[in-house]
Amino acid sequence: MKYKAVIGLEVHVELKTNSKMFCACSAEYFGQKPNTHTCPVCLGLPGALPVPNKTAIEWCVMLGMALGCDIPQFSKFDRKNYFYPDLPKGYQISQYDKPFCVNGNITLQNGKRIGITRVHMEEDTAKLTHQFGTQNSKFKIQKDENYSLIDFNRSGVPLVEIVTEPDFDNAKDVIDYLKKLQQIVRYLGVSNADMEKGDMRLEPNISLRKNAEKELPKYKVEVKNINSFSFVEKAINYEIKRQTEVLEKKGTPVQETRGWNQAKQKTVTQRVKEEASDYRYFPEPDIPPIRWTKSQISNLKSQIGELPEEKFKRFERDYVLSNYDAEILTRGIALADYFEEAVDLGKKHGLSAKQVANQIINKKVDTYKILPAQLILEIIKLTAKEDIDRDELRKIVKEVLEKNPKIRNDYKAGKKNVLQFAIGQVLSTVGKKIDTKELVKIIMEELR
Amino acid sequence: MKLNNLNIKEARKGLENKDFSSLDLTKACLDQIKKLEGKLNAFVTITEKEALKQAEAADELISSGQDLPLLGIPIAIKDNFSTLGIKTTASSKVLDSYIPPYDATVVKKLKDAGMVLLGKTNMDAWAHGSSTETSDFGPTRNPWNINHLPGGSSGGSAAAVAADEVIAAIGSETAGSIRQPASWCGVVGLKPTYGRVSRYGVIAMGSSLDSPGPITKTVEDSALILEVLAGKDEKDATTSPLPVGNYSQKLNKNMKELKVGISKEYFVNSIDKEVQGEIERAIKKLERFGAKIENIKLFDPKYAIDVYTIIQRSEVSSNLARYDGIRYGNGRDYFKDEAKRRIVFGTYALSSGYYDQYYNKAQQVRTVIINDFNKAFEKVDVIIAPTSPSLALPVGATKDAAMFGEIADVLVEPSSIAGLAGINIPVGFSKSGLPIGMQIIGPQFSEELVLSVAYEYEKLTQNEEWRKLKPNL
Repeated sequence: MKYKAVIGLEVHVELKTNSKMFCACSAEYFGQKPNTHTCPVCLGLPGALPVPNKTAIEWCVMLGMALGCDIPQFSKFDRKNYFYPDLPKGYQISQYDKPFCVNGNITLQNGKRIGITRVHMEEDTAKLTHQFGTQNSKFKIQKDENYSLIDFNRSGVPLVEIVTEPDFDNAKDVIDYLKKLQQIVRYLGVSNADMEKGDMRLEPNISLRKNAEKELPKYKVEVKNINSFSFVEKAINYEIKRQTEVLEKKGTPVQETRGWNQAKQKTVTQRVKEEASDYRYFPEPDIPPIRWTKSQISNLKSQIGELPEEKFKRFERDYVLSNYDAEILTRGIALADYFEEAVDLGKKHGLSAKQVANQIINKKVDTYKILPAQLILEIIKLTAKEDIDRDELRKIVKEVLEKNPKIRNDYKAGKKNVLQFAIGQVLSTVGKKIDTKELVKIIMEELR
Repeated sequence: MKLNNLNIKEARKGLENKDFSSLDLTKACLDQIKKLEGKLNAFVTITEKEALKQAEAADELISSGQDLPLLGIPIAIKDNFSTLGIKTTASSKVLDSYIPPYDATVVKKLKDAGMVLLGKTNMDAWAHGSSTETSDFGPTRNPWNINHLPGGSSGGSAAAVAADEVIAAIGSETAGSIRQPASWCGVVGLKPTYGRVSRYGVIAMGSSLDSPGPITKTVEDSALILEVLAGKDEKDATTSPLPVGNYSQKLNKNMKELKVGISKEYFVNSIDKEVQGEIERAIKKLERFGAKIENIKLFDPKYAIDVYTIIQRSEVSSNLARYDGIRYGNGRDYFKDEAKRRIVFGTYALSSGYYDQYYNKAQQVRTVIINDFNKAFEKVDVIIAPTSPSLALPVGATKDAAMFGEIADVLVEPSSIAGLAGINIPVGFSKSGLPIGMQIIGPQFSEELVLSVAYEYEKLTQNEEWRKLKPNL
């Protein structure tokens, strides 16, 4: 291919704090009755003032730390001014030039490092539902015109935005990054990162440059608000194809915002930006700037538990697991904890970590239903050997060999595989679990 | 004795002694309002029914031995303070039918202190102005001469207090909006330090400057109300956690220990000669009472005009964005010229490419002005100056004067952008019978000092003839 993709990513993660970013309203909105979690602050009523949620800020900083960011001692909130019906104040409280976290990175499976420019805190907007007058007579307005409903339950829910450098050149790496980010967020317990509930919203920006070129392309296409990893992958690949075609025809793709249309399996133009939007950022006068002390920062750092990568390495090392096993077992904290508890219990019964891992992974154990202690009992049962009288066993072997002369013939002809068949025949006659080592020994003796 | 002429201290005493009831007091105020509103237009909303009910409830509490700082005292509140269930318009038709579902912290505190709310006072629309002439509900008139303006933007509150329509009132100041109308109406107006009194529920003008405060008949009343209003508010992140003083108990000040700074930069060329003369006489009196007068040099206040204009309009342009016609009934077309001018100016100043040149630069100069005051307060305790360079101007003075407010408030802007404490107290009258006010400026959170200096001056000049004057309405 003649062109190389240049891809950057903006991800919004909704924090699962009890209350909203700037008021005491419950931050839970999914599946709630519309406009029940509201107050003058999140409705943007005249005179209402924002008071920042301390937990949300601390979680944002901890997420930044987990992503290897620097935490500047000085930070502040800013107003991002723009009009939209889901934004009742006419501005969003966000962070402009002094975000909480800067200069982080995530290392992908393939060893590639993706730079993280910044991690900042902001508030979510209300939720718009576009209806048509005839759909719901209760809200019908004059002449059945189209109308929209606004649910302010989501207004002011804490949102963290994570912005990468344009370090990706393919969709696969983007997906790997997203999985890693989702895993870290979940490990920290700051968000459920549930895609279906809109806890994570993804916005890739994609452009192409000639393979030899070093400079960033002069245009950028943003695909807004995607809520699934697979759609991101499709959207990026679609854009690469689409932009390649434009460039091949000696054109330049238009700088614009597009959306992913799942039904049509393509991206579609949403808004063409003729010039950069002017959000007229200025420092939020209602919230004093934040100045961290060194001890506050170190205190937050100490609250961060073991992160996925550290856990993965420890599992490989301490439990002598394969890369494959360790990866599966450390995907989520709950499973990892389950495994460790089971290993601990298993040790008393002489079970190895590997045996426990095999049982969990191969049998796809439902860790919500089966307690670790139960799991260990099952493994013990599965591996238990019953005693059998040696002479009785020899008798059965002789019978099997007499009934199946083919075994002896094949064995003599060098077909060693036939032993497996012999073992199977004996075992089915015995009808219980026995030590196969002993059995093989007896069969070999009888065949000699 | 007409009950509505009483101040808070006198009214409290009368209520305690059962000389009269809160209902009597409230009715006296309502009678005065009815008598004068046709001339003054100090109110946007009069809450007669609620007031009478609150007065009856207060009387019950009084008879049950309850003691609250403002129990049964009729008070009016500027119409930019959100009042639960009572229309709150900021004197703009944009909010013509807006009824807040909550009380501003100041309102809540006054209610908890037992106040009787008489109504919501007129102001310059959105607090944009220094005349109350830009109100969408018509100008308020100055009680001392109804052909003159009361000042603003808290002109309704100042006029209501001066005309004894109320016992006291609440105003808010961004730069001058309490002190200047208090000066023009001959009453006491306190602008607390930024962050001393909660802004929660106050319709924002310049968010980094807005300071609610009392407008009263005496300094002691001012201290009493500040005690109720001041303090950290969980709902306003910019309020200070510093403890609130017992302002009304600590009003005595040994004038011999006081160093007063006078800066000739505050006696600008354009100053009214009668104003200048009266302030100079007041300073002489202070000296006679024992205060040490020191000449200091502050920055020319004219620099504050630019800084204030840029910061305030930038914040205004953002603060008014929410009145987009989707939620409050009336649309953007209900904004009048002054608000539109400020929105356009502020939007421009914040635009990309201009931010550094305007907003950022203004903030830098703001810091220089703060440092200038800090340096001055190393040498003196308080600074004294005229509050307004002019007497109350005639009605119509603001027509075609886009920067009227900024220029009228030139002497209060520097201390406002520095977030300092300041108070206006009346010191006399012009030959034409219009009041003259003097401002006492102190460092941040020096309310106790500023109030006690004002109190001593008021006490030591208590028997001056002009104090017996009442508006002739």
